[in-house]
Amino acid sequence: MKFERYGLGIAKGLSVTIRHLLRRPITTQYPEQRLNVSRRIRGNELIWNKDKCTGCGTCAKACHIGAIHISTSTNLVDNKYEVQKYEVDTGYCIFCGLCVEACPFEALFLSYDYECARYRRNDLFQDREKMVETSERKVSGYFYPGRAAKLPRQSLLVDNDRGKRNGR
Amino acid sequence: MATSTKEIVINTEPFVVNIGPAHPSTHGVFRMRTTLDGEVIVDMEPVFGYLHRGLEKLAEERTYTQVIPLTDRLDYLASMSNNLAYCLAVEKLAGIAVPERAEYIRVIMAELQRVASHLIAVGAFLNDCGAFMTPILYMLRERERILDLFDMVCGQRLTYNYMRVGGVSQDVPDEFIPALKKFLKEMPGWIDEYERLLKENEILLARSKGVGILSRGLAINIGASGPVLRASGVPWDIRRADPYSVYDRFEFDIPVGLAGDCYDRYRVRVEEMRQSLRILRQAIKGLPRGQVRSEVPHLIRPPIGEAYGHLEGPRGELGFYLVSDGSIAPYRFHVRAPTFINLTALADMMRGWKIADAILIFGSIDICMGEVDR
Repeated sequence: MKFERYGLGIAKGLSVTIRHLLRRPITTQYPEQRLNVSRRIRGNELIWNKDKCTGCGTCAKACHIGAIHISTSTNLVDNKYEVQKYEVDTGYCIFCGLCVEACPFEALFLSYDYECARYRRNDLFQDREKMVETSERKVSGYFYPGRAAKLPRQSLLVDNDRGKRNGR
Repeated sequence: MATSTKEIVINTEPFVVNIGPAHPSTHGVFRMRTTLDGEVIVDMEPVFGYLHRGLEKLAEERTYTQVIPLTDRLDYLASMSNNLAYCLAVEKLAGIAVPERAEYIRVIMAELQRVASHLIAVGAFLNDCGAFMTPILYMLRERERILDLFDMVCGQRLTYNYMRVGGVSQDVPDEFIPALKKFLKEMPGWIDEYERLLKENEILLARSKGVGILSRGLAINIGASGPVLRASGVPWDIRRADPYSVYDRFEFDIPVGLAGDCYDRYRVRVEEMRQSLRILRQAIKGLPRGQVRSEVPHLIRPPIGEAYGHLEGPRGELGFYLVSDGSIAPYRFHVRAPTFINLTALADMMRGWKIADAILIFGSIDICMGEVDR
């Protein structure tokens, strides 16, 4: 291939990279600085509301991995199901959110937390004590718009004015 | 001739070299078994299957809704398009109508996904050309803006699981449209910047112009689709040829290449990003109010029969073929993966070029191994 003025295109391209030197970085230093995650984040745990759950097992049927184990017994006095066992193996869970979507009694939520590294595989196993909503185990707004509105606003890169092109 | 100088004869013989399966330029676990004569490629045989997960078989024991998370894992750079294609197939099979607002949201998501996927495709191609890391990092920065929007809508950045049979899983939040408008205002400027960076770069032109030509006839005959086909001069786009969703309401052009070389494929992708932004602007303007999901039972039991739903994904025609036996799970689930079929052109494109060009040609067809092996 022959070019008439060799090097002009390269110089034009380098002007872009040089201009990037003058911009401020858009990255954040993660463990020290944290951005707000999405209000609908599908976090790393399932949170279960014991009082609202009727033990119907819709969540277990909706799960296509089979990560939710639920067993119930009949309470003949009150004439209703009692949940004996409710466990989730989050090591198998892919956080698709289908169980939360399927729950007809608003008893199942995904968590707002996103750091899911554990030292032991056993720690990924959630039994009913580990599935209660606490101040550390916050609930995400996935499928619950009312809860989503109370969570902090997600920080977006489009709102970030650092690293803007010059003169625009 | 009766001259005294002795002729030097070098006997060359074909030499087989494996490129991959774990090579940075193969974009996944892909092996090219190349037969070389010196540095020239005589023949190339693609070897794949390293990422086979049996997704088609797995889908046959799941209900129609439970398959949607599996389709996320096909082409992991364009999950929204996969979700949409699968839902189109099921809706065709079961005869389910989709509300107007959901159709528009689907178009917005599919076009955003196209931009995000092309940013990776172009960035990885330029990376293969030797523009190491600088362009791809610029493009990843803009992709991040799109992923933020996806995260806001469905809570994940890679495996969205957003589309549902009969609509989308939930309505977009209130802050989505303002953020999308802001993105649409910025994005053309960023694309101009990529153009300034490398469009006229002499090294890139010398390396990619005229390299790896896929002729128009061959492209049609092997069934190539997407930017690979359009770069060869065939204006075939399913959004225009067989409009699905509400694509017949939008104005857009189909960018077409002339030569069918690597440079044309790169140009077509950049132009497609601009066209996608154009569709997005029209879609925001026309976005109606209302429901986002029609009344569909938890367990869908489509009537006995078969259906093929397809769409124009970022990499080409993505199709799902479903056979129903009237039960809650598909009897047969088949994916027509665009990159798998585009790969069949690879050997013809590579023959006669050097090893360094092979990397470039391979990069230009924009492959995603999750989809090829499934």
